[in-house]
Formats: sequence, structure tokens, C-alpha cells
Amino acid sequence: MGPRRSHADAAFKAIVLVVASSIVVLAVLFFYFLISRSAPTLRLGFSFILTSTWNPLANIYGILPLIYGSLVTSAIALLLGVPVSLGVAIFLSELSPRRLKSPISFVVELLAAVPSVVYGLWGIFVLAPILTFHIYPVLNKYLGFLPIFQKYYGTIYSSSVLTAGIVLAIMIIPIVSAISRDALLAVPDSQREAAYALGATKSQAIRISVLSYARTGILASIFVGLGRAFGETIAVVLLIGDSPLITSSLFAPGYTLASAIATEFSEALTPTFKSALIECGLVLLSVVFLTNIFARYLISRVSKNREAASYL
Amino acid sequence: MKSRRFYMDKIWIALTFAAVIIAIIPLASILFYVSVNGIPALNWDFFTMLPPPPVAGYVGGLGNAIQGTLILVALASCIGLPVGLLSGVYISEYGRNFYGRTVRFLGDVLIGNPSIVIGIFGFYLIVIPLQHFSVLAGAVALGVIEIPIVSVTTAEALKLVPNSLREASVSLGTRNWRTSLLVVSEAKRGVATGALLATMRVMGETAPLILTVGLSNFWYSGTSAPVGSLTAFIYYYATSGWTPWVNLAWGAAFILLVIIIGINIVVRILTRGRGTNG
Repeated sequence: MGPRRSHADAAFKAIVLVVASSIVVLAVLFFYFLISRSAPTLRLGFSFILTSTWNPLANIYGILPLIYGSLVTSAIALLLGVPVSLGVAIFLSELSPRRLKSPISFVVELLAAVPSVVYGLWGIFVLAPILTFHIYPVLNKYLGFLPIFQKYYGTIYSSSVLTAGIVLAIMIIPIVSAISRDALLAVPDSQREAAYALGATKSQAIRISVLSYARTGILASIFVGLGRAFGETIAVVLLIGDSPLITSSLFAPGYTLASAIATEFSEALTPTFKSALIECGLVLLSVVFLTNIFARYLISRVSKNREAASYL
Repeated sequence: MKSRRFYMDKIWIALTFAAVIIAIIPLASILFYVSVNGIPALNWDFFTMLPPPPVAGYVGGLGNAIQGTLILVALASCIGLPVGLLSGVYISEYGRNFYGRTVRFLGDVLIGNPSIVIGIFGFYLIVIPLQHFSVLAGAVALGVIEIPIVSVTTAEALKLVPNSLREASVSLGTRNWRTSLLVVSEAKRGVATGALLATMRVMGETAPLILTVGLSNFWYSGTSAPVGSLTAFIYYYATSGWTPWVNLAWGAAFILLVIIIGINIVVRILTRGRGTNG
């Protein structure tokens, strides 16, 4: 019995080990394909990235406008999405009546389940018209002295950087609020009790002891949200207007790394064009990978059970 | 003295509750408009016919897209679920070492990977060698998306199984691999939850499909040919400007949302009574 038992166990262990290694292999393969297939433009060095014209018809592939678009839309997503997410997290972990907690988290989780193409469809036909005809003109009228709220060549575009950023903000709310809520729930009650013992009210206790204790986890949630916003593709393609511009106006159309790949990949027939798009993918993957690694590192540092926290 | 502190508490409750409302409004709006525009598009033709040409007078449906989405998700799950399950068993039962923690860490990181990059991966792994778009390439891309999700959720579910069960099993002379299977069956609700969430996630994917499967206006014709899918048709029809196509896109969005909400409700039932972990 003895030897046979260990054979079966060793075989099972070997199988799960090999299968689990597929995760490592996949991570390596992602980078391998992107680096090897973007070699033609990678060889051109940084001059490629640091050119601000993306014009495939003229065979010019400067990806600065795409990086700019990805950064600006992600920044809008974080500026608008993070405060709302934190509000949801604080309400759910500290203030909500017990019977509201479960339904509210169910509804917020549903927001994460809506496919991005459905966000895009809704954005085109419902949100963009409301924003373009009712909200943006008001912003332009009262805050038009700011460059970001000035019209782009006299026009407020319905497919714009701001519209895409707002939809991204909605899309990152579920993940950011879930991670920061868990960070708040991980704050030991002794922290709250210490604040109460000093005579703090509930809001003071949240501000003084809970939020400051949970700040690492909250920072992690923001980085995970940044990674999601930076890499989101389809909703952005449908809402940003797909124009490689660098302009201060948020009412202008734009382009992002991810949306350029989705829009132009099947039309990219020359090796340089394809290589340029794959280099966009490489920049995108590198940014998101590093962002997620940093966020995971922060989460593992704060969670008691190193591997307890996981999010989809 | 009491009043200012008292009102600060009320203001915090009001502000954070306002955040909850702001978060819920988009969802309510999406559900409302997808239902209002989507339900009228649904009829017998929608489920049984092929997409119509952009010519007035033609009727059609997205029968092939429903078929294609189901086939793609089923094939992806044939790859993603077994690989993810066994990886989860490794992480939880054999992975208490540096390599195990690395696999787990990479799994967490890969869950957040942009799906368009997985499309490029599928393109060079399958489409280029085969020289054309195919169901196979799409299923592999979607399966790759499922693997880290299923691994991580499975590992989490298995870790919730108390160690006393493993010890009891081993002390009865059960082999280690049988003990692992016992742990999996003990955690079957958590494992099923992960599988459902992964399936739901890939059903709503678009970006990987447009680089691997392409689009087809015809019925499924084998794994080495392109196929239609609900998400890809929504993507192309949304910006088509041709009203019958836009209506079909709303109908497809409605079907997707119904399936996804259904899966979420099942997940809710499976995880009920396990606290507020999410």
C-alpha cells in the first residue's frame, strides 16, 4: 500500500502543479507575444513614443496622443469615481442600517456585471445626449474660463474625452468600493472604540481613526480602479470619438491605447502599422501590470490573512 | 454644544448615502433603457433568423449570435473551468510555498488584465497559425480570461474549508489526493460561484472576440470558422446608424443583461449566509 499511495499522491500533486503553472506561462506569453511582434517599432526606440502624430495613412505612428487620451480618461474616471466609491464604502461599512447592506452591495455588484459593450450602447444613446445637450453647455457657460471646459473649435462633441471618462468612472465604482469597503471592515473595532472613548461622534471616529487606519487599502483600491480604467476598451471605443488629438478641451474627441488597438487592428495590414498597435498593447499591458502588482502588494500588506482578499 | 456634532453625523450619513444613490442611478438607467428599447425588439424572428442586410423591408434576427455566444462560452469553459479548478486546488492545498504564492499573486494580477491584450494573445497564438478568424481562437481567448478568475475564487473557497476536515480525512488513512477532492466537494458552493462569475464575465466580453472570432452573418459552421456573437453584434450595430440594426443591438443587450442578472441572483443564493464578504 505504501509505495502505491505515494505514487498516486505524487501524480496528483504533479498534475495540479503543472496545470497551475499555466498561469505563470500565460503571464510570460502575454509579454513574449507583445514584445516579439512589436520588434519592428520597438527598434525605433523612444522617438516612436515621443512623437505626437498618429497618422497611419502617412505611416506616422507617434503614440503620445493615445497615451495622453488613456491618462486623461483614467484621471477623469478616478476624480469622479473614487469619491463616490469611498462614499459607498463608508456607508456600507460604517453607517448603513443592517438590512440595507445586502441589497445595496448586490446592486453595486450588478454594476460590475454589466458588459462594457452595454455601457457603450447606453452611453451612445442615453448618457451622451444628456451630457452634450444639458450638462456640457452649462459647464461651458459657467466654467468656460478653464481650458478644460472650452469648446473644441467651437463645438461640444458628443463623443468626447469627458463622456468616455464619465462612463469609466461609473464602471470602476464597483471594484473600488468593494476593495475600500473591505479595507474599512478590516479596521479593528478597538480603533473606533478608542475614538469614541475620547468623546468622538461617529463621523469624527470615521475621520480620525477608521479612514486613516485603512488608507493603505484605500490607496490599493484606487490603483486597481486606475488599472481598470486604463485598460478598458470597448466602452471607450464607442464613446471617445476615436481621434488622436492632444488638446486641453475635454469636449474634444480623443483616442486611447486600448481603443486604437480595437479600432485599427483589423485594418493594420502593413508590418509597421501592426507593430505600432502591438507596441500600444505592450505599453498598456506594462502600465496595467505594474499598477495591479503595486495594488496587490498594498493589499497583501494590510490583509491579516495575506491571501484573503480577492476581487474580480 | 450637541447640535454641531450631531449635525456632522447627519451630514456624513447624507453624503455617503448620496454616493450610494449616485452609484445606483446609472444601473437603474441602464436597466430601464435596455428594457424599454430591447424588449420590443424581441420576437420569434429575433431568435430564429439571421441578421438582415441594411436594406429597408428585410426582417431578421440574431439567432446566429445567440448560438455563437453559447458555443463560445461553452468551449471557453471547457478550457477555463478545469484548468482554473486544478490551479485553485494547487494554490490552496499544495501552494504554501514561494511558488504557490507567486502563482496566486500572478492570478490576482492577471484578473485585472485588459481583455484587448488577451485578444492580441489569441490572435498570434491561433489566428495567425491558422490564417483566419475562428471559434477556436475566441474560445481560447475567453478560456484564458476564465483561468485566473476560477483559480483565485476556487483557492479562496477551498481555504474556507476548516483544516480539521483535512486532518480527519488523512487520519482515516485517506490518500492526499482523495482528501483534496473531499475538500473540493465540501467547498462546492464557493467553487460553483467562481465558475458562474467567470462564465458571466466572458459572456460579456467583446474586445477579445473582435481580434479572434471576427463576425459572421451565418450560422455556426465549425470551430475553424468565424461565428456571430451577441456582444460583437452590439458593438458593430451600435454605431451603424441603421435603425433596425440598432434595435437588434438593444435586443441583444437585453438578453445579455437578463442572463447576467440571473447568474448574479444564483450567485447571491449560493453565497447567502456567508457574511458580507464580496
